Amino acid sequence: MSATAALTVHNLRVGFGAAEPVVRGVSFEIAPGECLAIVGESGSGKSVTARSLLGLAGGNARVQADRLDLGGRSVQGLTDRAWESRRGKDVGLVLQDALVSLDPLRPIGREIADSLRLHTTLGAAARARRVIELLDAVGLPDPAHQVQKRSGQLSGGERQRALIAAAIALDPPLLIADEPTTALDVTVQAQILALLEQIKRSGTALLLISHDLAVVSRIADRVALMHDGLLIESGPTEQVLGSPQHEQTRSMVAAVPADKPRGTRLSPMDSPAARTIPRSPAPAPTATEQGEIVLEAIGLTRSFRRPDGSRQLAVDDVSFALHRGSTLGIVGESGSGKTTTARLVLALLEPEQGEVQLFGRPWSSIAEKKRRGRRPGVGAIYQDALGSFDPRRSVAEILADALGSALTHSRGSRRSPQSLARLTTLLDEVGLAGTVLSRRPLELSGGQRQRVGIARALAGRPEILICDEPVSSLDVSVQAQVLDLLDDVQRERGLSLIFISHDLGVVQHISDDVAVMRSGRIVESGPAARVFAAPQHPYSVQLLKAVPRLLG
Amino acid sequence: MLGRLGVRLAGAVFVLWAVASVTFFAVRLIPGDPAQAVLGGPGSQASPEALAAVTAEYGFDQPVFTQYLTQLGRLATGDLGRSYALNMEVGPLVLAQLGGTLLLAVLALGLAWVIALALATWSTRGGRVAARVGSSLEIVAAALPHFWLATSLIVVFSIWLGVLPPISTAGVAGLVLPVFTLAIPLAGFLGQIMRESLLIALESPFVLSARARGEGARGVRWIHALRHASLPAISLSGWAFGSLISGAVVVETIFARPGLGRTLLNAVTLRDVPVVIGVVMIVAVAYILMTLLTDAVSRLVDPRLRLS
Amino acid sequence: MQAELAAYSSQSVRPRRLAVAEGLAGLLALFLLIAAVVPQFLAPGDPLAIDPLAAFSPPTFAHGFGTDESGRDIYTRVVHGTQYSLVIGLAATAIGLGLGVVLGTLAGMLGPVVDFTVNRFLEVLFAFPGLLLALLFILVFGPGVATATIAVGLSTAPGYARIIRAQLIAVRGAAFVEAATVLGRTRWQILARHILPNTLAPLFVLATLGVGQAIVWAATLSYLGLGAEPPTAEWGAMLSAGRTYITSAWWMSFFPGVFIVLTAVTATVLGRSIDRRMRHA
Repeated sequence: MSATAALTVHNLRVGFGAAEPVVRGVSFEIAPGECLAIVGESGSGKSVTARSLLGLAGGNARVQADRLDLGGRSVQGLTDRAWESRRGKDVGLVLQDALVSLDPLRPIGREIADSLRLHTTLGAAARARRVIELLDAVGLPDPAHQVQKRSGQLSGGERQRALIAAAIALDPPLLIADEPTTALDVTVQAQILALLEQIKRSGTALLLISHDLAVVSRIADRVALMHDGLLIESGPTEQVLGSPQHEQTRSMVAAVPADKPRGTRLSPMDSPAARTIPRSPAPAPTATEQGEIVLEAIGLTRSFRRPDGSRQLAVDDVSFALHRGSTLGIVGESGSGKTTTARLVLALLEPEQGEVQLFGRPWSSIAEKKRRGRRPGVGAIYQDALGSFDPRRSVAEILADALGSALTHSRGSRRSPQSLARLTTLLDEVGLAGTVLSRRPLELSGGQRQRVGIARALAGRPEILICDEPVSSLDVSVQAQVLDLLDDVQRERGLSLIFISHDLGVVQHISDDVAVMRSGRIVESGPAARVFAAPQHPYSVQLLKAVPRLLG
Repeated sequence: MLGRLGVRLAGAVFVLWAVASVTFFAVRLIPGDPAQAVLGGPGSQASPEALAAVTAEYGFDQPVFTQYLTQLGRLATGDLGRSYALNMEVGPLVLAQLGGTLLLAVLALGLAWVIALALATWSTRGGRVAARVGSSLEIVAAALPHFWLATSLIVVFSIWLGVLPPISTAGVAGLVLPVFTLAIPLAGFLGQIMRESLLIALESPFVLSARARGEGARGVRWIHALRHASLPAISLSGWAFGSLISGAVVVETIFARPGLGRTLLNAVTLRDVPVVIGVVMIVAVAYILMTLLTDAVSRLVDPRLRLS
Repeated sequence: MQAELAAYSSQSVRPRRLAVAEGLAGLLALFLLIAAVVPQFLAPGDPLAIDPLAAFSPPTFAHGFGTDESGRDIYTRVVHGTQYSLVIGLAATAIGLGLGVVLGTLAGMLGPVVDFTVNRFLEVLFAFPGLLLALLFILVFGPGVATATIAVGLSTAPGYARIIRAQLIAVRGAAFVEAATVLGRTRWQILARHILPNTLAPLFVLATLGVGQAIVWAATLSYLGLGAEPPTAEWGAMLSAGRTYITSAWWMSFFPGVFIVLTAVTATVLGRSIDRRMRHA
C-alpha cells in the first residue's frame, strides 16, 4: 500500500517556538481514492497537522518527521520555491467558510484560474474555459455567469463549491479539507459532502479534518481520533464508531446528541467540570402528561426593511405553545427566522401582528415599564456568551448584577457573606468553582462562559428559559456537558425551555416538542418523537435526511 | 448610481453653503467696525468720510441678514469680493495661488504613499527587527512637526551640504524639500495604518488558500494582501489631503513659496476677511472633491462597496 | 490625527511587544512631568536671564544646548518650556475631547434626527481641515496663547466626536446591552452602567494619543506667530525666534524641536501601550 500511497506520514512532530510541541508524533497514510478523517476538538493539533502537510504550518513552526511523502516523493526539507511548485499541483486545500477563504475582492473565476496560471502554460482563454468546466464539475449552476462574482455575492454552498473548484483545478492526487462544511446549513452540508465523496470516487485521496464525528462518518473510510497532539485511535469508520476502544473516543461518541433519547447523559459523570450537586433521581418527564401552557405565541409576524427599501418578512404568522416543564425545540436553517422569533418572545422586538402571552397574560403588547418587573421570570441564554457579558465586569459582578434586586445595589454588599453564599450556590449549580468569580469572561473557556451565561439566566429564578443556539460554538464534548447541565437544571427547577438551534441532532435530543421553521414560517410542529420518526412536511423530510448521524 | 451621485452632490452643495455661512457669521463676531478694518485696521487714521464711503460701498449699513444674502448671492456667482489689504479681486488672487499648493499637496500625497507602502511591506516581510524598526520609524515620522522638519532639512541639505535651495525656487530642485517635509509625517500615519491592515490581510484565510494553491510570498502580497491593506489608507486620504493643506500653511511660509497657505496666513495676520473667506471656500471645494475622489477609488478597489 | 489612527488600530490582530519602547517612554514621561512641575530641579537657572557676552554659544559644557541671541541658556529654556507645552496640549485635548463627547453623545443617543443634524454639522467642520478651523478662530478672536489653545481644541473636536459616536453606536447594539434589557434593567440603568463606561473607557487612550498631536499643533501656531510669543520659553515660540538665525545657530531650532518630537512620541507609545493593556486585560 505504501508504494502507491498518496500521502505517507511517519512520526510527524510540530512545535512552535520554545513551547511544547502541539503535534507529538503522528503517523498515517492515505491511498488514492480513500478518505481518512482526522477528528478532534479545538486545540487537538488536527489543523496544524493538515497545514504541515502543505508546508504552511507557519514561520516559527518546527516541523519534523521520519517520513513525509506526497505522492511517493518526500517533501521534507523543501525550499520555499520547491514547495510552491508542489502546492496546488500535488495537494489541494479546502478551508472552512469560503467567504474569507476566497479573496473577497477578486472574482471567483480569477481565484480558481490562479492555480492554472501558476502551474500550467495555458493561455488566458484556455484558463477561462477550464474554470467554467471546473465550476460545472463542482455543480455550480450557470458557471459562465458566476465566474464574475465575488465570494460575498454567493451563498455559503456556492462559495464552498467555488473553493473546492479552486483546490482541484489541477486534479491533485491529495485533497485536504479542513472543516469544509462547518458553518453550513445541514442540507448544504449534505450536498458538499456528496461532492467531496464524488471527488474521492474519481481517485483522489481525501484527508478530512473535522470536529464532528457524525459529519465525517458519512464519507470517511477510516477515522483517526486526535487528542492532545496524538492519534489516540484509528481504524475503519464502522469499527471505531461502533466499538470505540479508547476512553476518549468512547466519550466523544457518547457526546454526539443525535438519536440519543431525551434524558440520556451525553458527558461522562466524572468529567472535571461535572457539578458537585448530585444528579436528581427524578425520571425524565414524559411527553404524555402535558402541563399548563406557560408561554404562547399567537400569529407572530415581523418584517425588516431591506437595503433597497422593500420589506422582507422574517417571521410570518408563527404560533406555538410552551408547556410547563417541557422543552420546545425550534429548528431551522440560517434565514429561517428562528432568532427573530427568539427576540420577539423575549420582547426585544415588537411583533407587527400577533402577540406573545406569558402565563396567560399579555407580554409583547404591554409597555416595557409594565413588563420590566416580570422579566426575571424569563431567562435567556445566547450563542455568543462572551458578547453577552459586559467586558469590563468580572464574573462576580455579572452574577451579582443578575441577582439584582435581592441584593442592595451598593458595591460593598456584594462581598457580604450572605450574597457570596448565593453566588457560590449559583456557581455550584452550573458546575463552576468559586475561583472564576474574580475573572473576566475573556479569561474563561467557551464552556465556562456558557455556564456563567446559564448561571446569570438562572439568577432571577425564572420559570422559562429562552436558549438561542446555546451550544453552537462549542466543542462536542463541551456541548455535551452544557446540554446535560441544561437538562439537569430543567428537572431540578421545573423549568420550561424554548431551545432554538440549527442542529437537528441537538434539538432531537433535548426537545419534547419541535417546530420546524423555514423562511419565517413553521412548516411542521408536534411531539419530537413523532416529528423525528415520521415527518409529514417535505421540508422536514429533506432536513432529517441531511442530518449527519453516526454510521448513518 | 445616478441617485447616489445626486445625493452626494446635494451633500456637497450643503457643505459649501454651511461653510460659507459659518465663515460669514464668524467674521461678524470680530469686534470693531468692519469699515475700519477695510481702511487698514484700528491703527490707521481714517477720516469719517472715508469710513462712510466704505460702509456704503461694502453694504455694512444694511441689516446683517441682507448682507448675508448678498454675500451668498455673490459666492454663488463665483464673486469672492475684494481684498482689504491688497486692493484686488479675491477670486483671481486665490485661483492664482491654488495651482502651487495643489501641486505640493498632490506630490506629497503620492510620495507619502510610496514611502508608507515601502515601509509597510518591508517591515512585514518577517523578522522581528524589521517590524520594530518599521514601527518605530512610523511613530517618530508621525510625530515630526512640519516646521521643525522643514528647518532641519534646510540646515542639513541647504546649509551644511548645500545641495538643495533653502527657499522654493522655480523648478524641481525647489520642490524637493517642501514635498519631503509634507510627505514624511503623513507617511508615518499612513504607514501605521497600512502595516496594521497588511498584517491582518496576511493572516486571512484567503491568503492561506492562495498559498495552498502554490502562490509565492510575493504573489500573495501583490495580488491579495496589498489591495486589502490599501483600503483604509485610501479612505483616509481625504483626511490626509486636508492635513496637507494645513501643512502647506507652514511649509509655504518657511520655504517662501507662493501658495494658498501663505496667502491664508498673511490674510489672518492682517485680518483680511475676504481673502480668508476666499481661501476657506476654495479649500472646502478641494476637500469635498478629494473626498468624492477617495470614495470613488475605494469603490474601485473594493467591489463590495458597490453592492451595498 | 492619532485619534483617527486609534480607530483603525482597534482592529489590531496581535498584541505586539514593545516592552523596551514602553520603558523608555515611561522614563521620558517622568522626565517631562518633573520638568513641567519642578523645572528648577532639572534646570536651576532663570529661563529669561540674558547674558549678552555668551550670545550664540554653540552647545558646550557650560551650555549643553547652546545659547540664543541674548545669551539665554537653551537647555534651561527648553526644560522650563515643558509646562507651557504640556498645559497647552492638555487643555486643548480636554477642550477637543469635551466637545467631541458632547457632540458624539448627542448624535449617538438622541435618535435619528439629532444624529443626522450632528453628522451634517461634523461634515461641515471636516471641510475646514486641520489648521484652517484654528486659523479662522484666531482671525475672529485674535492671536495669543489662550486663543491658540482653544483653536487647537476646536479643530480636533470633530475627529473625537466621530469616534465617540461610532463607539457609542457599537456599544449600544452590543449583545450585553440586550442581555441587560432581558434582565429587566431600565434604559437609564443600562446607559449609566453599561453603555457610558464602555464608550468612555477608550477615551483615555484617545486623550493620551491626542495630547502629543495637540502639542505639535499648538507649537505650530506659536511658530507662525499666532500663539505664545518670544521671549516666552514655549517650544514653538523658541523655534520661531531661532528661525532668523538658522544659518548660524542651528541649535536654537534643533533642541526645542527635539523635545516636541520626543513628547509626541512618548504620548503615542504610552497611548498604544495603555490601549493594548486595556484590551487584553
